[in-house]
Amino acid sequence: MIVASKLKKKYGDFTAVDGISFTVKQGEIFGFLGPNGAGKTSTINMMIGLSRPTEGEIIIDGIDVRRQTKKAQAIMGIVPDVSNLYNEMTGFENLCFCASLYGLPKKEREHKARQLLERFQLTGIEERPFKAYSKGMRRKLTIAAAIIHSPRVLFLDEPTAGIDIVSARQVRELVLGLKELGTTIFVTTHNIEEAERICDRLAFIANGKIVADGSVKELMDQVSHRQAMQVVTDANVGGLIGGLQARFEGSIIEQIDDRSMLLKSRNQIPLLPLVEYLSRHGISVYEAKYVRPSLEDVFISLTGSEKPLISRNKGKGGQKP
Amino acid sequence: MRSLIASWNILKKDVKTYYLKPPNISWGIIFPLSWTLMQALHSAKGNMSGLLPGLIAMSVLFGTTSMLAVTITFERSGRSFDRLLLAPISLGMMVGAKIAGAVIFGIFNAVVPVILVFHYIGLERVKWAMLFLGVLLVAITSALIGLLIAVSAQQVFEAQTLSNFFRFPMLFLCGLFLPLNSLPLFLRPVSYLLPLTYGTDIIKGAITRNNLMAPALSYGVLLAFATGLFFLCHYNIKRKWIL
Repeated sequence: MIVASKLKKKYGDFTAVDGISFTVKQGEIFGFLGPNGAGKTSTINMMIGLSRPTEGEIIIDGIDVRRQTKKAQAIMGIVPDVSNLYNEMTGFENLCFCASLYGLPKKEREHKARQLLERFQLTGIEERPFKAYSKGMRRKLTIAAAIIHSPRVLFLDEPTAGIDIVSARQVRELVLGLKELGTTIFVTTHNIEEAERICDRLAFIANGKIVADGSVKELMDQVSHRQAMQVVTDANVGGLIGGLQARFEGSIIEQIDDRSMLLKSRNQIPLLPLVEYLSRHGISVYEAKYVRPSLEDVFISLTGSEKPLISRNKGKGGQKP
Repeated sequence: MRSLIASWNILKKDVKTYYLKPPNISWGIIFPLSWTLMQALHSAKGNMSGLLPGLIAMSVLFGTTSMLAVTITFERSGRSFDRLLLAPISLGMMVGAKIAGAVIFGIFNAVVPVILVFHYIGLERVKWAMLFLGVLLVAITSALIGLLIAVSAQQVFEAQTLSNFFRFPMLFLCGLFLPLNSLPLFLRPVSYLLPLTYGTDIIKGAITRNNLMAPALSYGVLLAFATGLFFLCHYNIKRKWIL
């Protein structure tokens, strides 16, 4: 459905996107992950025709976006990272106006607007001006506006950034619902948990280059050999980190807080010697659990970045870090 | 058909949403209106008929340039303008719809000075078709100048300030208040480079029959200005907004 080949974008001497290639299949949700400034928005802007590629080509449903931009835009729905509807217009007017931009006749656009308001649980507030909507409602209405003309491909740029956890969940459900209807979805995000939840396949972008792509499972397999154990104790373990590091050679030990730490190793981590070691130092272990490696670990292992620049969702619906 | 539906709705939205925005009211309506009333109250009847063409042209100029400065920069700063750039209609159609909103606003602004024309000059002496064409062409060229400015501005106040750098010198150099032949020699060529000079001359011809140039020449020059400005705006939008 989407084929991007050797896509490059330069702004003067700065290369924002450096010759990336990827494909998105019909009806799948493709996640494009990376930290802020990695080149996600530059890539999406080239794909939707808001920016001209310096090199390379993008084909969407057989249409060359560079040469037939308007034809390609007719089959696209676009949800930008900022909810950019018209503040002075009501929710209903906004939906009808967006539909009119795609040439829908009046009756059809009003019918579709009402349908979408109901589906997105925005009925009852459709006569309020857009500026009076909460962030979550704005996001939902922006998505509704992007799909009112029934696009074959939907581009979502940071769909849950800056909205509350309930709205974020609703947005994710809406996106999954669109996939069920056969829409191909390209989503950029810096939120790894969100990507894990909704995407069929992913690509990691860092410094303008794709460092890995594949299904969630394929990417996770890259770190599945890694072991991690989180240990919770009854006392401060700060003074023992060095000793533990020497005792469990080859492991990386990180203190999470006063009474908990994370042990990472390429080998199995034996629990009994760890409990004994701590016990000898007068510390009891309350809890020890193996931690499943995450996509975050994949990203760190691929980029060599010590501290991840992409965020894990901490219950804020995907706030930017 | 699809493009026509889109363009018509862009025009309707602009009329509904932006005509009564404060910068439009102050620069597009109150300023030309107060200047017109000031002249009406303080000028003798004979002087007033000489001033009316200028007041009509000025009202159109300020109305159209304000309107585009407001619609484009408001939408650019809120990024809703991206919606129009991403719509499957040609850039020319979209720009045309935007300009149409400003042109209608400019023509509407000319209503007050035209009412004064009824009062001071009378209906029968005015060449109405020539007056309408003159007003329309001034509105189109002014709207395109407004668009050219709006493309370069980030905020409404910036666009309004930038507009005044063009509007006020144009007012004094186009023969509205100072006859072209009384301008210093070195400034006269500049006057003939301004579209307003030709628009004012048409309006003068329609109201007082005191036009300097043949109306056909002025129409031709204004059409050439409009075409040139349209393509310049088109090029600038592509260069600055589709990076």
